[in-house]
Amino acid sequence: MDDLRIAILDYVRREYLEEDDDRTLTPTTRLISGGIVDSFSMVSLKRFLERKYDVKIPDADASPEAFDTVDSIAAVVERLAAVRA
Amino acid sequence: MDAAVAPPAVASFRDVYRAELDAIRSAGLFKEERLIHDPQGAEIEVEFPAGAAPKKVLNLCANNYLGLSSHPRVVAAAHAGLEKRGYGMSSVRFICGTQDIHRELERGLSGFLGTEETLLFSSCLDANAGVFEALFGEKDVLIADRLVHASIVDGMRLCKAMTDTYKHSDMGHLEEKLLEHADKRFRVVITDGVFSMDGDLAKLDEIVALAERHGALTFVDDSHATGFIGKTGRGTPEHFGVHGRVDLVTTTFGKALGGASGGCVSGRKELVDMCRQRARPYLFSNTLASVIVSGTLEVLDLVSESTERRDRLEENTLFWRKGLTEAGFDIKAGASPIVPVMLYDAKLAQDVARDLFAEGVYVVGFFFPVVAKGQARIRTQLSAAHTRAHLERALDAFVKVGRKHDILGKTKAEIVARYGL
Repeated sequence: MDDLRIAILDYVRREYLEEDDDRTLTPTTRLISGGIVDSFSMVSLKRFLERKYDVKIPDADASPEAFDTVDSIAAVVERLAAVRA
Repeated sequence: MDAAVAPPAVASFRDVYRAELDAIRSAGLFKEERLIHDPQGAEIEVEFPAGAAPKKVLNLCANNYLGLSSHPRVVAAAHAGLEKRGYGMSSVRFICGTQDIHRELERGLSGFLGTEETLLFSSCLDANAGVFEALFGEKDVLIADRLVHASIVDGMRLCKAMTDTYKHSDMGHLEEKLLEHADKRFRVVITDGVFSMDGDLAKLDEIVALAERHGALTFVDDSHATGFIGKTGRGTPEHFGVHGRVDLVTTTFGKALGGASGGCVSGRKELVDMCRQRARPYLFSNTLASVIVSGTLEVLDLVSESTERRDRLEENTLFWRKGLTEAGFDIKAGASPIVPVMLYDAKLAQDVARDLFAEGVYVVGFFFPVVAKGQARIRTQLSAAHTRAHLERALDAFVKVGRKHDILGKTKAEIVARYGL
C-alpha cells in the first residue's frame, strides 16, 4: 500500500472510528455506503486532504460516490495533484 | 381502482413498494402500531396484535416523564381553552393565526427556561427543521455531536451552512473542530441535552465553556430534559449550571410537558426574532391549536408550583437503574429516566419485548436504523406516574424474561457470542 492510502486510512480510523471500534479498514472498505463516514462528516476529510496534499477539491469531486473508499479518494487526490503539477 | 385493471405505470409502483415492504418484513424491521384504548398513563389497555382483546399492561416506553398526559388539571384547562378560544385558527401566525394565549405561552416558556424570547412551532421537529436554515448560511459551520436527534440532522440538511460532526461527547474532538473552522463567520455547536437512545446527558458545562472560549454559539435540543432535568426541571442548562448561557434551546411539549404536541425555539432575542421572520415551518403552517396551548400553559403552572413530580421521577429512576443492574442486566449508565437495556441483537430485542408484553409490561425493541447496527436494545422510560409497586412488578417480569433468554449477568461478549449481532 502506498503512503497516500496509508495516510488516508490512518486519518479515517482516527477521525471516524471510536476507540473501541475494532472494525478492519482496507483501501476498498465502503466508508459512506458502509455507514462509517456520514455525509455531514465528510468535510473534515476533504479539508485534511486539501491541506496535506496542497490540492483544492471541487465539490463535484467530493461526492459520496467518489469518497466511498480509500482507493477512490486516493484516485481523486492523485488526479488533482497531477493536474496541478 | 382495481389493481388487476390498473394501467402499467400504477402496477409498476405497486410492485416496487410491495417488494420493498416485503423486504422490510423479511428483515424483521417492520414497525407495527399497537392500539391503545384508554388515556396515556402508567397502565394502559393495549390491543396487540391487531384484533386481539385489549390487555392491561404497564407502560415503560412513553415519554410521559412527569405523568401529566392525562392530569385532571391539564385536561380541564384544555377543555376550557377549547370553549374560550375555539378549535382551529385557520391561518398561519402572521396572517390571522395568533391568539393572545400563543404569546402568553411564549412569555411563560421564556420565563421557565430563563431565556430572552421564545417562538412556538407545531412540533420540536418543526423547530429543528426551521431554525438552522433561518439563521445560518454559507459563511457558517454547524458542528454537531454524532448522536443528535434525526430532526436536527434533517434541519442541518436544509441549511446551506457547512456541516461537521464531533465524536459523541468527545470534548477534545469538539475543540479540534472549533479550531479547524475558525475561519467561519459563526460556528454553532449542536447537541441534544439528553440523548434519546442512550439516555446520557451532554457535557453541557464543558460544551458551553469551550464554545465561549472559542466565540462559538451553542444549540441544545432539550426535548428529553425540559420539565424534569435540573433541580427545578429547567433542563440540562440548569443541571449543569449554565442556565442563560446557551444561545438556542429547542424543546417539545410532546413529552414531559403534557405530551400532546408542539415545540419551540427559545434563546437570544435576535436569533428567535429572526426565526419569526424566516423559519419556514412557522411561516407556512398553522401553529398550535388553542386547546393544546391552554393545556401547556396549565402544565407550566404545575411544574412551576412544585418539584414533587420531577423528584418522584428521579427516585423512580434510581430504583429502576439499581434494580436492573442488581438483576444482572447490561444497561447504559446515566442519570436520566431513559434506561436502555442492551441486547445487541435485533431479533433478541424483539423476542424479549414480545415476552415482556406477555408478562404485562409494554416495551419496544430498538434496532438499526434507529440505533447503530449491533446496538439493539430495549429502551425503558420511567414516569412520575409509576408507583413503587408498578416498578417492582416490572422488575419481576424483566427477571423472568431475562432468565428465559439466559442474559442475566452476561457481558456484551457473552450475549453476542450466543445471539450474534
